[in-house]
Amino acid sequence: MLSMFLAPETEEAAKAAAGDAVAAAPTEVLTKTAPLETAHSWAMPTQASTFSESTDNLYFFIVALDVFFFALIIAAMGYFMWKYRRRSEDQKTSSITHNGKVEFLWSAIPAVLLVVIFAWAEIDWIKQSTPPPDAIDIRVTGRQWYWQVDYPDYPGVSLSSSTEEPLVTMIVPKGQPVRLIMTSEDVLHSFYIPAFRVKKDVIPGRYTTLWFEATRVGEFNIFCSEYCGDRHSAMAGVIKVLEPEMFEATLRDAGKLEQKGGESGADFGGRIYSRRGCVACHTLDGTPATGPSWKGLYGKSQVLASGETIVADDNYIKESILQPQAKIVAGYAGANMPSYQGQLDDKQITALIEFIKQQK
Amino acid sequence: MATADISSAHPGDRAREPSFYAAHKGLKSWLFTLDHKRLGMMYLAATMLFFFVGGVAALILRTELLTPELDLVSATTYNKLFTVHGAVMVFLVIIPSVPGALGNFLLPLMLGAKDVAFPRLNLLSFWIYTLGAVFFLITLVTGSLDTGWTFYTPYSTSSGTAVISATFGAFVLGFSSILTGLNFLVTVHKMRAPGLTWNRLPLFVWAIYSTAVIQILATPVLAITLLLLIIERTLNIGIFDPAMGGDPVLYQHFFWFYSHPAVYIMILPGFGIISELIAVHSRKHIFGYKAIALSSIAIAIISFLVWGHHMFVSGQSELAGVVFSFLTFAVAVPTAIKVFSWVATLYKGSIAFNTPMLYALAFLFTFTIGGLTGIFLGALSVNVHLHDTYFVVAHFHYVMMGGTIIAFIGGIHHWWGKMTGRMFNETHGRWGCLLVFIGFNVTFFNQFIIGQQGMPRRYATYVPQFQQQHVLSTIGSYILGLGLLWTLIYLLRSLRSGAPAGDNPYGGASLEWDTQSPPIEHNFHGQPRVDADPYNFPQIDRSGGMDHH
Repeated sequence: MLSMFLAPETEEAAKAAAGDAVAAAPTEVLTKTAPLETAHSWAMPTQASTFSESTDNLYFFIVALDVFFFALIIAAMGYFMWKYRRRSEDQKTSSITHNGKVEFLWSAIPAVLLVVIFAWAEIDWIKQSTPPPDAIDIRVTGRQWYWQVDYPDYPGVSLSSSTEEPLVTMIVPKGQPVRLIMTSEDVLHSFYIPAFRVKKDVIPGRYTTLWFEATRVGEFNIFCSEYCGDRHSAMAGVIKVLEPEMFEATLRDAGKLEQKGGESGADFGGRIYSRRGCVACHTLDGTPATGPSWKGLYGKSQVLASGETIVADDNYIKESILQPQAKIVAGYAGANMPSYQGQLDDKQITALIEFIKQQK
Repeated sequence: MATADISSAHPGDRAREPSFYAAHKGLKSWLFTLDHKRLGMMYLAATMLFFFVGGVAALILRTELLTPELDLVSATTYNKLFTVHGAVMVFLVIIPSVPGALGNFLLPLMLGAKDVAFPRLNLLSFWIYTLGAVFFLITLVTGSLDTGWTFYTPYSTSSGTAVISATFGAFVLGFSSILTGLNFLVTVHKMRAPGLTWNRLPLFVWAIYSTAVIQILATPVLAITLLLLIIERTLNIGIFDPAMGGDPVLYQHFFWFYSHPAVYIMILPGFGIISELIAVHSRKHIFGYKAIALSSIAIAIISFLVWGHHMFVSGQSELAGVVFSFLTFAVAVPTAIKVFSWVATLYKGSIAFNTPMLYALAFLFTFTIGGLTGIFLGALSVNVHLHDTYFVVAHFHYVMMGGTIIAFIGGIHHWWGKMTGRMFNETHGRWGCLLVFIGFNVTFFNQFIIGQQGMPRRYATYVPQFQQQHVLSTIGSYILGLGLLWTLIYLLRSLRSGAPAGDNPYGGASLEWDTQSPPIEHNFHGQPRVDADPYNFPQIDRSGGMDHH
């Protein structure tokens, strides 16, 4: 199923080629999947966060009340249907028109029960809305049609749901409160983990937060639950919950970037560009941002802040990645690029240079 | 008879006049008619046609969902199909169905009036509806709209599809709704027959009246919202689009400020039909007349204050969530009162299982499920899990289809004899009702289950674990489609070969049964007078000395 999964670029290209918004490959599989999450085909999803059990308890409390009242209504209806079926045309009917006591009771009893349900749900809701102070932060960015997940506490570690081989979109330790700070770069999305019973809309132009504490090691589905266009149902991922001692190593490993077989150096460099945060400060279209644009950068003569002129060759670029403050281009003196010493290895740097070379 | 029309005391003696169909002939007599009955019949034909269009879209969707992968249509086409289905069903079918068709036909008859208060305005409403509907439908199909019926920003403002013309269509349709509401409101206030006090109004009239109030107060907000959307897209003024400094969540507030009351525009008229059907076919005075009438008004008022429950996970403030949740539960109480009152009406009645009554009983079953499942969605913490899943899809189909549409079909059967002068084949009717009931429940019940398991809505593809229930749903939808098609066919056949209906086939006691079937052009021979309430059936046993008023 995975091998049939098309990257967004591929479908965009296919659409452009067809010159028609309606065109799309009819048999492609858009949805990735985690292992089956429920024990029975009718059960709730696995309970995997501290919210799951309390949400389910209220859910089943309402189920019990609903079944009771539904059975009562339908039993009364069925009994009356049989007992008072029309046996003859001149059958007499009762002259009852109302009964104050009965009407009071059937207004008051549901009202009381509804207040109980309201209060129960409200207490749980306040818990869900209040992340504990020791929660670790993870940043989630929604884009048509994938999730990007960044770990502010682990610079350079970035996962995403659509582009990388391991389906794992998010890794969290068990028993540790996690707060997601989420935003969208295009339209509305909604971040939903059924096994955790959490969901929150992801909105462009502002941040929304959601928190959870995983209670169970395993892999669980992430869905987008706010309609966001063509590949809405493909905007899925997997969250992996690990024992705390496994967390850090696995996260660094999953966040690791390696050249794939058959992948060109420049393509690999492109992945590093988006995964390692270069994209945040360096544009590819010539627009100056926090740092100089990479368009036409390779081989260009640069005037430095010191007044010296150098050529942006392989060695200069490598130096700028490892010791950004050594030779600063004129006009960018205030920019505080962090050193990538120890963050990128030689192979990755070479790939990045290949990628920059391509930006003519 | 409880309602006395001087000239109808001995119907046999009365000279039969030609029906309103026979009074005028030719196409122009329909297109420019001021007769509420003809307008009602045209609304009926139009809503049935659009119901067919929306239904076909639904069946294609269900067929696509037989497998987890895309194999019948592309994702883009799937998105357009659910947009067509939702938008057509909401704006062209459910909202205008009961008020437009049955409301127009029956309201003046039930009031003992010659017509609505403003017959020309009524014609205008119909033409605005028709033009809006045609424009809307053309846009949906040719402009390939893919935003869903909710037009959420910023997707709707960035989508390349025909959002402007579609929202303009909905904007135009809104005016038809406002004008009809206004017309009905004035009609109920000013056109009641002598003796027809507010406490003697049939509950169908109360329901249409409450609906009219919401139509007038809420629909302008939709117009404003859609206008703002059009302004944003044409003039690039940032209102909802964050890229231009707007707020996408503001759009949701605007949209649901209209669309939640609109849910009650859709369901209240259905409540009205059910009250009539259950009383007449049980020959029993409706239980708790005042409670039912006042609960409609209560629902109309509270419905304006619950829109935020569509936005529990939208990032609105937690406090807002708490307030909206509480008010949502407050709506549940008047709704429960209605259901209990309908069941209590059956007690010690004389229940005939005619097709309209079978639909009313089916309604009690399906609508009760729809109402009870609303409790899950009103509960904040549970809503977080169920929001935007198939649970919500199942819930609103149980309310909109299992409620309004089932009531509407029941109402069509109940008044079919009155409207056409012919009876449908009763056996065919019962089979149709059974198919619709089974098909509906098989389609939607298990959607609650995949919803609770986390299947999000508006998904063209899905994880394989949900396939079994999706297949079941699709099979159900075919049964439902078959039942509806069967119903359409026998109803149309009855127009030619049905037995004459007689003036009052089911022994109803409200004024519409006091005139010919189909009624004469001016409805009544003389001015009807009313001296009792509309549920005072001759079979009611008054020997116990119970007092009536």
